[in-house]
Amino acid sequence: MRLLIKGGRLIDPFKRIDAVQDLLVEDGKVRSRGDQLDDSGCEIIDASGKIVCPGFIDIHVHLREPGFEYKEDIASGSRAAACGGFTTVCCMPNTEPVIDNEAVVGFVKEKARKVGIVNVLPVGSISKKQSGVELSEIAELVTAGCVAISDDGKPVMKANIMRNALDYAKMFGLPVLSHCEDLNLVNGGLMHEGYYSTIYGLRGIPAAAEEVMVARDIILARLTGGHLHICHASTAGSMALIRQAKAEGLKVSCEVTPHHLTLSDEIIDGYDADTKVNPPLRSEEHLLALREALLDGTVDCIATDHAPHHFEAKDCEYELAACGISGLETAIAVIMDKLVRPGLLDIKDMVKLFTTGPARVMGLDKGTLGEGKPADITIIDPEMLKTVDPRTFKSKGKNTPFKGMELQGWPCMTLVNGVLIAQNGEILLKKQF
Amino acid sequence: MKLDRKDLLGLRDLSREETELILNTAIPMKDVIGRDIKKVPTLRGKAMVTVFYENSTRTRTSFELAGKYLSADTVNLSVSTSSVQKGESLRDTIKTIEVMGFDLIVMRHAMSGTPHYVARNTRMRVINAGDGANEHPTQALLDMYTIKEKKGTLEGLKVAIVGDILHSRVARSNIYGLSKFGCDIRVVGPATLMPPGVEKLGVKSYYSLDEAIDGVDVINILRIQRERQASGLFPSLDEYAQLYMLSPQTLARAKDDVLVLHPGPINRGVEISSELADSTQALINEQVTNGVAIRMALLFLMMGGGRDEITY
Repeated sequence: MRLLIKGGRLIDPFKRIDAVQDLLVEDGKVRSRGDQLDDSGCEIIDASGKIVCPGFIDIHVHLREPGFEYKEDIASGSRAAACGGFTTVCCMPNTEPVIDNEAVVGFVKEKARKVGIVNVLPVGSISKKQSGVELSEIAELVTAGCVAISDDGKPVMKANIMRNALDYAKMFGLPVLSHCEDLNLVNGGLMHEGYYSTIYGLRGIPAAAEEVMVARDIILARLTGGHLHICHASTAGSMALIRQAKAEGLKVSCEVTPHHLTLSDEIIDGYDADTKVNPPLRSEEHLLALREALLDGTVDCIATDHAPHHFEAKDCEYELAACGISGLETAIAVIMDKLVRPGLLDIKDMVKLFTTGPARVMGLDKGTLGEGKPADITIIDPEMLKTVDPRTFKSKGKNTPFKGMELQGWPCMTLVNGVLIAQNGEILLKKQF
Repeated sequence: MKLDRKDLLGLRDLSREETELILNTAIPMKDVIGRDIKKVPTLRGKAMVTVFYENSTRTRTSFELAGKYLSADTVNLSVSTSSVQKGESLRDTIKTIEVMGFDLIVMRHAMSGTPHYVARNTRMRVINAGDGANEHPTQALLDMYTIKEKKGTLEGLKVAIVGDILHSRVARSNIYGLSKFGCDIRVVGPATLMPPGVEKLGVKSYYSLDEAIDGVDVINILRIQRERQASGLFPSLDEYAQLYMLSPQTLARAKDDVLVLHPGPINRGVEISSELADSTQALINEQVTNGVAIRMALLFLMMGGGRDEITY
């Protein structure tokens, strides 16, 4: 079973490769790379004009199963990931029941295995039922297969619980993914606090609500030596704090989302609830600070915070609408069109932020096309021009503020373990090479 | 001349010409109100409904009366006794109202942007009667009408808006409306009730009442909601009154013929003293009368003149 991906521009940041090369896949693994590889007996994918990368990893998605299958389930979320160009996703534990014990971890893993589309790695909760009161049985979660812990969706308001989580998780080399938000400062806010919250008359969430917690958690990372990962960092102040923490040598990492990198709070005009997300879309100055942090290495990876919702949760009063953006199927195109094409981000850096970056944060042996590695491969067509149409999403969540935007540069093929599972936004039948 | 828009959601996106059209149309409407026989047949055969998700005395009654004076069929939906209490969604409530055949809905809602959401989802014309902290366009229009009636013009007047600017839809609509006429607008209130970036709206902001009202032609006093104190935004109503209550004494630095406006309902002894509220300088009652005229003008401009075809 041999597959030759021919003539593509191969980018593998881990191997420091950026060249037009062929890639040979055999028995689900990367066999070799090189110029003009012998194609006899091979199935061939013509990748000329395309960009061939290690499979993209999204360390922050909500698959909603168990408990909220009307929003998304592991099957629909896996299809969305594959069509969006992702081969591995880490799913957050804010399900019902919460992923806080081995039974739920087992359920998620078994479901994902049966679906068999992309690699699904569960994240366990920091605290039992994500209540922020008592630590989950973290050793049990690790044994069951969790790759990190997080109470994402809810901040850990009690500093001593966060301190203990960082301390305890370091025994297992486990990153603690922190959703940084001081709920007292949020105080029922609905959008970023600033000029536009004044204009639109919506209660504001100050940038400080995030920054206060980022600062607290960094101080606790210093105290404990634990690995702190800041989820969806969205403000200039957060970036300054993280930059400083890294310079100090602390084990601190962070992710940013495609929407915080490309949309600002001005677009809330008209009160379309698809613009409602947490943390909120920030002002232009914060957006520019995130882009700067992307370039100087403060940002470790891009993650979607894929948060699918039922349409009724968005088709209502802005204040009552649910927070979140269905992001898996637009992430690559948004970054390609808004950052790579205008020359704001080098394509090699983009690939890094979706491959080795997230792999390093989560301690995964993924994100490279080295010989013998599983053939998880993302192929991007930089010329493909398409308008975002949520109706075509594989995700059950059609909630996206990018709807109607014409974007250039889309994932065209996704392979997991050498199987071409998605092509041009459609799931293919299994065919293993 | 007609107002060429489906909805009136705010003054922010209204042009100066449209604003003038509404203000000028209200003049003959006020004449109608002063007559012995107040009914004119202009909107006969048109139907409108007021849907208020928040309490109101003035706005709702004056919309209803305005509709009736113009012979429109007017219905008030009482939200507190409607199916909303059974958990009906806003979308379904609006659809139900729409299919009964109403031409126009007047809506008040505690959540900003709700009339905008409704306007996108219905063929009915929508008038915003106040949404959260966003806008209250008809209040600002009646304020402007009242000022213009007394001063003869709006052009270049100095206007101070006093109180809880952060949560006030009246303040926002007044700022948007008065800016179109080159007014020098000052906003004043405690720092905790001042919205961020307010000066970018082209106003000057103050913490000192004295400084803010120095030489002004008009003072528009906002109602202080007691729950703001409860949520910790200022220490006590007493201290608020010490700093910001308007009275004949604290008014001293304004012009001698300063006009005092208040959208009501007033908190006597908190943001305005009884002495001032009951004085001839205060136009609180004129505002209410003018509110009927302004709303008649709007209803006429939006539903009248044989405009059956609408686009949305």
